[in-house]
Parts: sequence; C-alpha cells; structure tokens
Amino acid sequence: MTMIFGVPLVVLTGQVMIGLINGSFYALLSLGLAVIFGLLRVVNFAHGAFYMLGAFVAWMLGQYLGLGYWGSLLIAPIIVGLAGALVERTMLRRLYDLDHLYGLLFTFGLALLLEGVFQHLYGVSGKPFSAPVEMRGVVRTDFVTVPVYRGWVVVASLLICFGTWALIEKTKIGSYLRAATEDSILVQAFGVNVPLLLTLTYAFGCGLAGIAGVLAAPIFQVSPTMGSNMIIIIFAVVVVGGMGSILGAIATGYLLGLVEGLTKVFYPEAANIAIFVIMAIVLLLRPAGLFGKEN
Amino acid sequence: MTLIRRAILTSAFSVALVAGAQAEPYRIGVLTDMSGMNYDLSGKGSEVAAQMAVEDFGGTLLGENIEVIVGDHQNKPDVGSTLARRWIDEQNVIAIADVPTSSVALAVQEITRQSDTALLISTAGSSALTGASCSPSTAQWTWDTYALANGTGRAMTLEGDKKWFFLTVDYTFGHALEADTAAAVEAAGGTVVGQVMHPRETSDFSSYLLQAQASGADVIALANSSGDTMTALKQAEEFGITAGGQNIAGMLLFLTDVNGVGLDIAQNLTLTTAFYWDMNDETRAWSERFGERMDGKMPTMVHAGVYSAVMNYLKAAEATGQVKSGSRVMETMRGMDIDDFFNRNASLRKDGRVVHDMYLVQVKTPEESAGPWDYYKVLRTIPGAEAFRPLDKSDCPLIDG
Repeated sequence: MTMIFGVPLVVLTGQVMIGLINGSFYALLSLGLAVIFGLLRVVNFAHGAFYMLGAFVAWMLGQYLGLGYWGSLLIAPIIVGLAGALVERTMLRRLYDLDHLYGLLFTFGLALLLEGVFQHLYGVSGKPFSAPVEMRGVVRTDFVTVPVYRGWVVVASLLICFGTWALIEKTKIGSYLRAATEDSILVQAFGVNVPLLLTLTYAFGCGLAGIAGVLAAPIFQVSPTMGSNMIIIIFAVVVVGGMGSILGAIATGYLLGLVEGLTKVFYPEAANIAIFVIMAIVLLLRPAGLFGKEN
Repeated sequence: MTLIRRAILTSAFSVALVAGAQAEPYRIGVLTDMSGMNYDLSGKGSEVAAQMAVEDFGGTLLGENIEVIVGDHQNKPDVGSTLARRWIDEQNVIAIADVPTSSVALAVQEITRQSDTALLISTAGSSALTGASCSPSTAQWTWDTYALANGTGRAMTLEGDKKWFFLTVDYTFGHALEADTAAAVEAAGGTVVGQVMHPRETSDFSSYLLQAQASGADVIALANSSGDTMTALKQAEEFGITAGGQNIAGMLLFLTDVNGVGLDIAQNLTLTTAFYWDMNDETRAWSERFGERMDGKMPTMVHAGVYSAVMNYLKAAEATGQVKSGSRVMETMRGMDIDDFFNRNASLRKDGRVVHDMYLVQVKTPEESAGPWDYYKVLRTIPGAEAFRPLDKSDCPLIDG
C-alpha cells in the first residue's frame, strides 16, 4: 500500500475528497449568509434552521405528496425561500433601523423556535431519507473511494456557488444589489425598489440554505438539530473569509473543509477545533478576514 | 428551550409549594434529556413511564401522595448535579430515575451517595456505575456496557467475525463500551485491529469510516449512541461498507434509532437489548398502554426499564416503611423477588446491578416487517448470569464489605 507521511494514500486522497464534500456544504451555507449580511447587514442566525427546514420540506414532499428527490430539490428551496420572504416582510424588516444586535437576537430566537417546533412534531431521532436510486453506489479506484451521491453534491454546489457569484457580479440585478450595499438611499433615488430587493435577497439567501438542506438530507440524518450542529462552523467560515465577501465565503468554505478533512487523518482529536484555531489566527493577523475589506 | 423554561417554572412553583403547603408529596425526579439527542430514546417517554408506574402503584406511598417531576440535564454533568442537589435538598425528591448519559449519571451518583437518595438508573450504561464507582443506594436497572459487549461482541466473534475495528465516541460511555467489547471479543478468540475516537454529535463520519475500511477488519463496531450511531450507519451504507464485505456492529442501538434510520439501512444488524415490546402478551399489553400516551410510539428498553425500576422501588419503600434512606430501600429490594413484564428472573446485586435476561436480536428486513415498530426478531435469550459481569470480576468496593 502506498504511504505518504505514514498514512495510506487511499486514506489521504479519501480525506481530500471528503474535505471537498464538506467544504461544499460550508460554501453553500456561508454564501447565503454572506449575501444576506452584505446587503441587509443582518447576522442571520436562523440560517441553520432554514437549512434544516430545507431537509424537512424535502422529506415532507416525499412523505405526503410522493415527490421524488429531484422534484424536492427544485421545490423545497422555493418553499424555504418563500418562508424567508415572509419572515423578512412581517418581522425582520422592522429591525433594520435598530442596532444590529436586534437582528441577531431575532434570528437566533427564530432558529430556536423552528427547532423546537420540529422537535415537538418529529422528535430528535430524525427521519430516514435515501439518495435517489440512480445515485446510490460507490466509485472505487486505487486512489479514492467516493459515493456517487457525494460526487454529485460537489458538482451541484460548485455550479450553484459560481452561478450565484456570476449573478451578483455580472448581471444587472446584481449591480443593483451591489450598489444598494454601498448606498441604499441613493439607489432608491434612482427608482430601484430597494425594500423589494431586500426581501428578495433574504429569500434568496434562505433558499440557498434550503438547497443545502435538500442536498444534505441523504447524507446526514434529517433531524431538527442538524442546523445548529452546522451553524457555528458556518459562522467561523464567514468570519475567516471576511463578512459579506461572496468569493471569500465560497473559497474559504472549500478551504476549511479541506483543512478539517486533513486534520482528521493526522490528528483526529483536533478535527473539531481546527477551523476555530484558523479563525483565531486569521482574526489576529487580518481582522477583516482573508477576503474582507477593512472599513 | 421551552422545556427548560417549563422546568424552571415547575421548580419555582414547587419551591412556592414548599413555603405554602404543609403535607408535601413524595417526589420521583425523572432526570433526563428533554432537548438533545437522547430525547426520543429516553426523554418524554421516561416521564410517561414513571407516571404510569406511580398510577399503577396507586398514587400514594406510606400515606403520602407521590408526584413525578421531570428535569432537563441537557447532557451536562454540572447541570444534572445542580438539579439533583436542589431536588433532594428542597423538593422532597426521594428517588431520581433514568439519567441518560453516563458522565451525568456518574456525577449525580456522587450526590445521591452523599445524601443516601435512591438512584434508579435506566438509560446510562457505563459499567463503571456498578463497578469502581458503585453506590449502595443505586440500582442500574436496564443494561450496561458489559452486557451489550458480551452479548453482541461474543456472538459475532463466535460466528467468524474475528478482526474488530472500533469507532468510539470520546467520553466515559464510549471508552467503557469499547473496553468491555474488546475484552469480550478477545475472550472469544478475536482481535482488535484498530480504533478511532470521534467527538459526541459528529455530523460526518466519512473520514473515520474510510480508516475503518482501510484497516481490513471483519467488523466495524460502533461504540457510540443515538444520533451518532444513526449517522454512522447511514454513512456506512453510503460508502458501501457492508457491500464491500465488512460487517457493522451497532453496540448500542435503541428501537427509536432503528425507527429513525429506517429498515433499509438497519436491516440484518445484530444487537443486544434488555427488552422488546413485541415478545409476549404482557410486553405487548404494557407497550400498548405506553403507546396510547405517546402518539403510538413503542417504548425503548429504557422506557420499560424506568417503569419497572420505579414500580419496584415503590414496592420496596412501602415494605421498608421509610424513604429517607435509599440504601435501606435497596437492601429490602435485594431480598425481593423482582419479576414483571420487563424483568424475568431478576435480582438486585450488592454492587447495584439488576441481573435479568437479555436478548440477542436481529433487525428485520423491510419485507419481513409488518409496519412501523415491527423491527426485531429475537435470536436468543441470554440468561442474566451469562449476560452481566460476574461479581468476582467486579471492582466495586462494596462487595467485600
């Protein structure tokens, strides 16, 4: 067996793949968080709950309406996005003029509420959710073992991440969004409906979390706590990447996924804190994050 | 969080009662996890089971009313100890029941030892609770890591799975389960080829599974519980572990875990359990009563264990004629014949271990199962004397004295 630094090559390449897969979830989730923070200046603590909602809506669509995985992948994020829009329109909107802390507390409370409701309805053990039949199985080569479904997750996440980046950086609506981030009053004076833009942005960010939730459902247990397990890491990713930086969130997501995967090979006990150690170092050396601008 | 709030409110209310009322009821405190990963397997069901035991007993003990209260220890030893101390000091709690999570149970056991309060352990399974840390006022009712290790570990090794790899959760319970299983495997002629520790509530097991896969082991043993076990099983399926010729051993699997992960993934797993609802008319009758109060959910072994423990404790306390000294109630219980739908041929030993029959079961395939909760086939009954650690191998200091 080929060894590198005393570790079998299969294990090493396997970990790199796993790092990429986990990184895909980190990237998708932190991207939504970054988009929301960039425009709304809201630290969306409910992001993990919307991720959980995505997985549960997919499960419900299958359970009650008999919808398959692909249908759910399309419809569940739309439902989650609509739920996000409703939250923004009816509640979050009222907090824009107050201190940021209120938005943070509100979304944190919302996350606890959603988690509590789902725990009450469905318990903590979660619900079974299988990958679509055509995506079951494993690709096995001499170097690496990857379940087909996880390969799909990496591809899907890359497409969505760079699609979103292109949408924001290369299109007209993206330019409105960026302009509104800089100076929303001026943009409004030009006749752009900024309140609508804010609602759409929040809904879009939540929808991204919903997509991540559906993608995650066949891999992790669909359970009410799946979001809170993830959210702390996601915040670390966003902080390392630079709050509000789109490309930063994507790149850091994949990067930290890889670092975490490799830590699991060389020093498994530290895998849980590797990301936070990096966060501490980055904050010490570059307080605005790797891709953030000082302001 | 609402549950925590409710717990705080009820305790505040009870304190008010202490001030206002004269005749205070005897309280049984169900100390459990009402908000985390043990909620389904223990949690609400344990509260319901304790309540059923009190009602079936008649609701009064030595002329006083009995009341069941519940507390959420959030799987944290410090939260659990604080609650236990307050219950004993201020709220007339005469027995603490259930206590999932071995690290919390070990902390609470130190408090009940000092105050000589009865501790009726059902969910916590570290064999240290009746080993080096044993206490005269404790009864470990349902299962322990030794019995599971001995049941599943021995059976699988004897069937030809000689090389074992452990995926172990990194705290008291996981360490005990791994050590006990390794001993049982080696005694049966097997070897341990490797192990890896993972933190509690891990969401991604793929790295550990890859290491296990590369180890060349015959069996990958999951020395963890509930949420962790379910995620590991699901991801092992995804990585084609069993398709690749390796077997999985779920060292601790509850009925709710099998329900959560689904038969597609759990089918054919061999496991050891203290109880299954569908074994005979008595178990079915009790479980149906439980199900009526739990939206049709069937009880896990620890739910049935909580009922049996509380019921037998109340009988023993009535026979002793006092509740102040937990160790005297336990002494009475040691002389009693414990035999109900849960415990067959059972007895309470000096180290606090309740010895009863255990069952080696196999999870049904989706085709074999008639519907929800129809999950196990009983392969073999393991007599209590064979299942649990013999007293001469125990390091409990109470045995000599």
